[in-house]
Amino acid sequence: MARRGRVKLPETETGTILFNLDPIIIKDHYEIDYIHSYAQDSPFFEGLSKGELKGSKCTNCNYTYATPRGHCMNCGKPTQWFTLPNQGAIHTFTTCYFSGEVFLGETPYTLILAEFPGVDTLFMSRLIGADPAEVRIGMNVQAKFLRNSKFRVTDVYFVTAQDG
Amino acid sequence: MRPVYMVSGGIAKFKKAYPDRDFRLLVKEAFDYAMSDVPELTLEIIDGSVASYFSDHFTRQLMAGAMAQDYLGLNPKPSRRVEGGGATGGLCFQSAWESVASGRMEGQRVHRPGLGHQLRLLPRWLLLRLLRHDGAVPHARVRNHRGAIGQNIHQKPPQRHSQPIRPEPHGPDSGRRAFLSNGSYAAHPAGHLTMSDGAAVCILASEEMAARLTSNPVRITGVDADTDAMRMADRPHAKVPILPHESESDYTHLKYPGVHSFRAGRMAAALAYKMAEVQNPLEDLDFVELHDAYTSSELQTYEDMGLYKYGEGGRFIESGASELGGVLPVNPLGGLLACGHPVGATGLMQAVFAFWQLQCTIRKHMSDPFLQIPNARRGLIHSHAGTGTDITVSIMERP
Repeated sequence: MARRGRVKLPETETGTILFNLDPIIIKDHYEIDYIHSYAQDSPFFEGLSKGELKGSKCTNCNYTYATPRGHCMNCGKPTQWFTLPNQGAIHTFTTCYFSGEVFLGETPYTLILAEFPGVDTLFMSRLIGADPAEVRIGMNVQAKFLRNSKFRVTDVYFVTAQDG
Repeated sequence: MRPVYMVSGGIAKFKKAYPDRDFRLLVKEAFDYAMSDVPELTLEIIDGSVASYFSDHFTRQLMAGAMAQDYLGLNPKPSRRVEGGGATGGLCFQSAWESVASGRMEGQRVHRPGLGHQLRLLPRWLLLRLLRHDGAVPHARVRNHRGAIGQNIHQKPPQRHSQPIRPEPHGPDSGRRAFLSNGSYAAHPAGHLTMSDGAAVCILASEEMAARLTSNPVRITGVDADTDAMRMADRPHAKVPILPHESESDYTHLKYPGVHSFRAGRMAAALAYKMAEVQNPLEDLDFVELHDAYTSSELQTYEDMGLYKYGEGGRFIESGASELGGVLPVNPLGGLLACGHPVGATGLMQAVFAFWQLQCTIRKHMSDPFLQIPNARRGLIHSHAGTGTDITVSIMERP
């Protein structure tokens, strides 16, 4: 048994980055990995890896979604998958000169909401290669896909139809 | 439901960062201000709290509501936290209203010796510290739809957001002109709002308790909160919900809400108007505290609230109606663009400002009467969550 007075935590060589003393401000690193499931949305990301944009259609009221969902927001019934055309049109757009941290290095970039004939909802994506000053509502655009899929929604992006 | 009154409010000044104070202390400052404004208020007669705290990742602190409750000395009284994005403050305000209106904060406390059934007050607080707001959402469509019904997007005068008595409007962009009347963008450039840190507290009470505490309470006469699809891409393109002073023929060709308007805001306004017996908001309201987290949303919200018809919100601005001294002043203290937006505290800040306006105590609290709206009797506060997913409208009146 250790004798009283000899019990102590071992000291380490690590330290804390200190910015200020009054008040004390330190650097506190924060990072975490998640094990994240796409669950019922998985076929959408699988589709991206195959160069296909997957939408969904309500099995009850036939409402169609360009951004797929497992159940209909109108009637609550299940939807079924279908493949969207790779060509659509710009419903609206914005050019971002500031963004969240992940995309900050890519600014300025243009986001569009793409519309597809006969489809009730829209799909948000990036428009690549177009001068922001020349982007217009109604412009025809074509979906393109990363060859090396990351299984992220950014695996798909759009270009103007003439660039496709 | 019982009538509910606001009896006091406090704000810890919104600023970019508070390295010398954490959120508990900021809430404490706002709370102490509210308590000191009504000397009869004591910790003992407070029945419980609702915490308005948005996102754990801002402070990396779970259970921040519980920590504030603890710091204020309100344990073991009931407390809960509400969250709803940018509308968190408005939702908190209405959640607290529900607790008092339902009577929950009186009848259920009698089991507690020493506190007893006198406990009717519901304080609320909270604060938030923020990262940044990248509010770049597609608003080009706004102009397209306006054009479709024969209107243009108009200029948004920059001066209101640079005139508030808040000494430092946030950021160099706070006064920029964001709406163009001739261009391909409806809202361009849409500068990003500088977020901030801060806290606000509202104290609500039943009619009986309000009468005991103060000769100058303000009644909350209308509340509603509504929602829309999380993704703008999913928003319908359907018919406009019509307000009492509008007709369907006003919007024959407008597909609604699309990505140009906020259905949640219109529904919240419609139901709050009905509850408060507001027939025509432009005539029946004396001021609006509007959640202008990004500049274009202010124009859109004018129309959602029915101040002007869809497509004509620009005229509301051009007419000067929204200016201090106008027909319906909007954000007389500068709104979010001037004060910053510590998310959970913002909606409560609006309630405190509206409370002071209706009390006619702006001079007392701001040390200057300039921003006091003379004889204000009825005001509206509006809280808006990301891209219009959850919007609250509350109406407050001087009895």
